[in-house]
Amino acid sequence: MNGSLVGSYVVPVHPHPLLVPEQNEGWSRLRAAFDEARDAIKESGADLLIIYSTTWPSIIGHQIQADPNPQWTLVDQDFHDLGSMEYSFNIDAEFAEAWNEANHNRGLQSRTVAYHGFPIDVGSVVALKLLNPDNSIPAVIVSSNVYANRSETTVLAKACLDVIKGTGRKAVAVTAMSMSNRMFTEFIDPSEDRIHSLKDDEWNRKVLEFLEEGRLEDVAQLSRTIHQQIRVQKVVTFKPMWWLSAMNDNRNNLTGRVLAYEALHGAGGAVIQLNPTSSGKGDKEYDEDDVEYYKGERNVLDGGGDSIEIEAPSSSSTGPALWEPPEGKGAVNSDAAPKPVGMYPHARQVGDLLYLSGVGPRQPGTNAIPGGPIRDDEGNPIEYDIKAQTRAVVENIARILEEAGSSMDKIVDVTSFLVDMDRDFAGYNEVWAETLGHYGPTRTTLAIRALPTPIAVEMKVIAKI
Amino acid sequence: MAKGSIVAGCLAPHPPHLVYAENPPQNEPTSEGGWEQLRWGYERLRESLSKIDHDVLVLLSPHWQTYVGTHFLGIPHFEGLSVDPVFPNLFRYSYDMNIDVELSKAIHDKAKDSGLAVKMMENPDFRVDYGTITTGHMVNPAFDKPLVVISSNRSTHYYSVEVMQEMMMELGRVTREAIEESGKKAVILASNSLSHRHFTTESEVPEDMSKEHIASHAMHLWDMRIIDYMRTGQAQRILDEMPEFTEQAIAESDGGGLTWLLSTLSVPDYPAILHGYGTIIGTGNAIVEWPCHANKGDAQ
Repeated sequence: MNGSLVGSYVVPVHPHPLLVPEQNEGWSRLRAAFDEARDAIKESGADLLIIYSTTWPSIIGHQIQADPNPQWTLVDQDFHDLGSMEYSFNIDAEFAEAWNEANHNRGLQSRTVAYHGFPIDVGSVVALKLLNPDNSIPAVIVSSNVYANRSETTVLAKACLDVIKGTGRKAVAVTAMSMSNRMFTEFIDPSEDRIHSLKDDEWNRKVLEFLEEGRLEDVAQLSRTIHQQIRVQKVVTFKPMWWLSAMNDNRNNLTGRVLAYEALHGAGGAVIQLNPTSSGKGDKEYDEDDVEYYKGERNVLDGGGDSIEIEAPSSSSTGPALWEPPEGKGAVNSDAAPKPVGMYPHARQVGDLLYLSGVGPRQPGTNAIPGGPIRDDEGNPIEYDIKAQTRAVVENIARILEEAGSSMDKIVDVTSFLVDMDRDFAGYNEVWAETLGHYGPTRTTLAIRALPTPIAVEMKVIAKI
Repeated sequence: MAKGSIVAGCLAPHPPHLVYAENPPQNEPTSEGGWEQLRWGYERLRESLSKIDHDVLVLLSPHWQTYVGTHFLGIPHFEGLSVDPVFPNLFRYSYDMNIDVELSKAIHDKAKDSGLAVKMMENPDFRVDYGTITTGHMVNPAFDKPLVVISSNRSTHYYSVEVMQEMMMELGRVTREAIEESGKKAVILASNSLSHRHFTTESEVPEDMSKEHIASHAMHLWDMRIIDYMRTGQAQRILDEMPEFTEQAIAESDGGGLTWLLSTLSVPDYPAILHGYGTIIGTGNAIVEWPCHANKGDAQ
């Protein structure tokens, strides 16, 4: 299977573009942008629409809609005078269940819901009715957990990607959200609608500028600031960008287009398209840690500890024994790097040169393999993410260099080993370009039959001190 | 026409767990009970209200959240299925209720005259929120008295607790005036809990009471402090400390219901009756009655 995300969209949550676009020129332009997004999604050949909606808050983890054909008539709690929204959706219940299971595998609390009359939220209804009016593309909807932090939201996306890749789907990710979300607190004439304040408008335009440059991860890392600046507290935080960025491998070089940006009773409503094609722009300005498994405070009811034990991947139980790296003349060892699988140090210094032992993606402490192992306990090949593995290798290299007093910009030469050159070279090369490639070391890439642990990539590095 | 009056004011929280635990015929999921301390509290409240002649229940629900003004249900009859979006495993309830549109409109009009942004909700497809239904059921499971249902304006989060209180004090005042002018006897219901920090996990058996407790000691202290003010007739101190309480206890008083209730009762200085206190997935819930019919005749 070789599923992937073929596009991403940000869409507003209020019902005006659906119910009364003719009442305001801006609402009409938003409707036209929805229509353009609808056509682009169809042309992309997508076979799955994934909605992350800020108007579906949840408390007990995340909830995923799993009723194959939910039907109801929705009326907005505020804008009930604009009309009713009758809906009947085509939900991919099988995908929903698989996503729920993938969440659990990554340590997340989540559950599916499949109840007649379940109140599908206004953001999801507006998005699905306008982006997928004929229900030709199966959809899945996930809630926005009110207590979820960035790591939980990121892992939610990675679990979703696990299923997309494992099932070979061509998916489109949609966040139903406002930009600034401060509405006028009084009733206004539709013709008088505008963004609530100049400050909200300026922030919205800055966020849109970033997204138009494809800098999704930068926006995700600014989410807390954006929330403080232009969001009404406690309504919904700006967390959908965490999810959307993780769905896009935390990239900053997407191809972005703002299809429309208008006011919706004072709130900022935008239809934004983010294409996975690299724009070649968008250097990262921020550098938050990535996370693969959620280990947050979940056992409140049991009172038995602060974290869930995440079962280590199969590689740790069936792979080669781990060694304490030996000390010796010039040896450099780091607690922040994975333990070696033999009696050798992480690196050795000779003069002003540092020779690193082969570095793989295994995580220090847990021995987990970001992107997943390449085979199961029985040796059967399984799906894995070469880009996630390659990023983890680079991060391990950085930790060892830091321990030695060196840094990434002092790397002189790299020899890379791939176990499947045909499958993995492109992904590995993409991550290289985003990371090590910036520093300009020489490089040699070799195909080999196997590595000692179930990993797909390893690098041998020589750097200056 | 005789002057109307408020005959009782109640803090009547709405966790759907309480309906689930009762296994009423209107609710589809079934349970083995649970949360008895609170359900016994509601029994005592029902018993108390059964002895007080009243025509209408006037309720403010924090789960009908409106950002643009305060809204009122404006159609005489609502029925349908309510599924809790957060706890759909517990609450799938077939409701059937009548609305006192005349009184709703009277409060609406007075609120409008006093400068509040208000709107009548007249879309027949509208689904009544589960907070209204849960409190309505726990207070009057037969739903044989009409309701006035008022939305929760989210001014706390748009502005501050102080602004919310100013608006809710005014809404409470005009609610009281409208009731008095209507000639009706009304019970006021604020459908909110106290401290409101949830657990983020649920027991495999949701009604497993061995797992139920307050989310933290700080939440317990705040709940007891507020309840003590209620029991000793110090409603003004509740209003004075509302900003700190709402912030530090993440209290559901953010929805304005408690302030509105105390305002309708003219900020009572007589003791309230605590019918019950308990926790639900970590949140603090108190069932409290201000028996204003027995104090000063009514709330003046």
